[in-house]
Amino acid sequence: MPELVLQLTRAGFLALLWLFVLVALRVVRSDLYAASGLRAIMPGGGRVSAKAGRSRTARQLQVTQGPLAGTRITLDSRPILIGRADDSTLKLDDDYASTRHARISQQGEEWYVEDLGSTNGTYLDRAKVTGPTRVPLGVPVRIGKTVIELRS
Amino acid sequence: MAAPGLSAARPGGANGREGAPALPTGRTIELLLLVFAAVIVTGALVLVEANQEQELTPTLLYVGLAYLVVLTLAHLAVRKFAPYADPLILPSVALLNGLGLVMIHRLDLADQDRAALLGQPVPDSLVFKQILWTAVGLALFIAVLWLVKDHRTLARYGFTCGLVGLVLLALPGLLPSSISEVNGAKLWIRIGGAGIQPGEFAKILLIIFFAAFLVQKRDLFSTAGRRFLGMELPRARDLAPLLVAWGLSVGVLVVERDLGSSLLFFGILLVLLYAATERVSWMLIGIGFFVIGALIAYQLFGHVQVRVQVWLDPFSDYDNRGYQIAQALFGLGTGGVGGTGLGAGRPDLVPFAESDFIFSSLGEELGLIGLASILVVYLVLITRGLRSALAVRDSFGKLLATGLSFAVALQIFVVIGGVTKLIPLTGLTLPFLSYGGSSLVANYALVAMLLRISNAARAPLTRRPAAPAVPIADAGTELVQRPAVGPTTGPVPGPTGGRP
Repeated sequence: MPELVLQLTRAGFLALLWLFVLVALRVVRSDLYAASGLRAIMPGGGRVSAKAGRSRTARQLQVTQGPLAGTRITLDSRPILIGRADDSTLKLDDDYASTRHARISQQGEEWYVEDLGSTNGTYLDRAKVTGPTRVPLGVPVRIGKTVIELRS
Repeated sequence: MAAPGLSAARPGGANGREGAPALPTGRTIELLLLVFAAVIVTGALVLVEANQEQELTPTLLYVGLAYLVVLTLAHLAVRKFAPYADPLILPSVALLNGLGLVMIHRLDLADQDRAALLGQPVPDSLVFKQILWTAVGLALFIAVLWLVKDHRTLARYGFTCGLVGLVLLALPGLLPSSISEVNGAKLWIRIGGAGIQPGEFAKILLIIFFAAFLVQKRDLFSTAGRRFLGMELPRARDLAPLLVAWGLSVGVLVVERDLGSSLLFFGILLVLLYAATERVSWMLIGIGFFVIGALIAYQLFGHVQVRVQVWLDPFSDYDNRGYQIAQALFGLGTGGVGGTGLGAGRPDLVPFAESDFIFSSLGEELGLIGLASILVVYLVLITRGLRSALAVRDSFGKLLATGLSFAVALQIFVVIGGVTKLIPLTGLTLPFLSYGGSSLVANYALVAMLLRISNAARAPLTRRPAAPAVPIADAGTELVQRPAVGPTTGPVPGPTGGRP
């Protein structure tokens, strides 16, 4: 075989081998995100996104900072109680939070945060919450070391 | 290359109730990757023939066709018997097996050339034997997938498997050397022309036994014990399985003079113990046992000393004992980063180039780049096995998949470490690549079991019918995650306070 062809086929074959590896790794990657090794959990046999059309209403409460960062609570019409008490919806383990610290509840289409007489206060963005205050989507609510946001 | 979407073949709407999305089976991806592997292997065959013979021989056709038939049958079997199995395991195996066939064929050509030059009779073609063994392996692969519908049934035969495994392991050591000894190691049962190494099958059976045994007795090993230096020590009498494994591996070493297998058995049991109990102390104790065993073996057995000396300096005895390793190292060095090109090197200069030293043969012709890709393919195979172990829900399946995957991993480490002079050389075969019937057939069975477990891990749950609504008076107490708070808007009475 001519030298040039030998060199070309040699490089081409190695490239082919690595292409196989890359495709295989790509499948591994897509599998990681699809989490198909773990079973898809389908509570109620369907997805929650029944009202996917209305993106303006908050459908999730997400903890963005603090020890519980990453926690998500799917919102329905019931209020969310936040504090150190065992029966809180979002139970904080934080010395700066009170036993019953704040409540986030729905009125009409909007969500309101309300301080329940905590020692260290509840902050919507930078402002201290004194009475029931409307919480827009994506605005941080700070409680002790924890920051939560409403997401659609 | 298009991103292989996972939303491939979907099963019929049998469980498509309430819009539950059908889980992807991954069979289409598997098919694509198998075709890709076949393309690579065919390309490799053509390159080998073109570089060696300067023309294409009919052998190319036979080998290629046989390989394609094997791949197709394996894929169809997986589709039929394990439709949700992992899509990457079979293509990895197919590529490795195919590259092994190509390299064995390439070494055949070299041997035939040399025989023709020296005027000797032309040696048997090993590649046809290997294809025959691949077919046998495929038959066992399909049989395992077909017979073992649920891997948990294997747990019931744990002790039977253990007994059969022990007998298989001990058999060559007890048989007369005329039947069982090849090249100084008593590993074989040879009847007529064909021989098998029962140790390869014993490996799988013993893993099944270890997994079943540990699932039964796990609590015993992980609960009792004293604390010492921050770790839980197992009780003395619980050390028995480790001692048995140690005795077993030493026994293999003494009677059959097989360093590799004894290392393999000991390592597998150690990892299974660790996986079952999560105790580091088992690892430390096991490594201690291993060191003691290694030291004693070095003192007592001449062949162990030879292996260690050759490992330390193969070039001091180049013409004799160090020749094999030294040639392999020269081969790897000749290959360098890019390799000489398939069929353009001289890997046939290494003794046993097609079995124990196939890695150095591949290294000479594919170079570091090619070897690295082969190692990554092995890595994919092993990680997919371990991933199945993580995802499957029953303890036995977890332990079995861990043991099987780790057995492959350890064997690869021991072989490649030996060939590249990282650790002393032990006579094991590289799974799927090396020439060797028993190893190939046994590894196909192993892969079939891994596929079975990954199928169980990935298949959708059979949905239970929703529980009928119970009248509230009859309903049992239920723990609800989120307590309903009264819809009051006024201040909630209750203790308020900051820092206590």
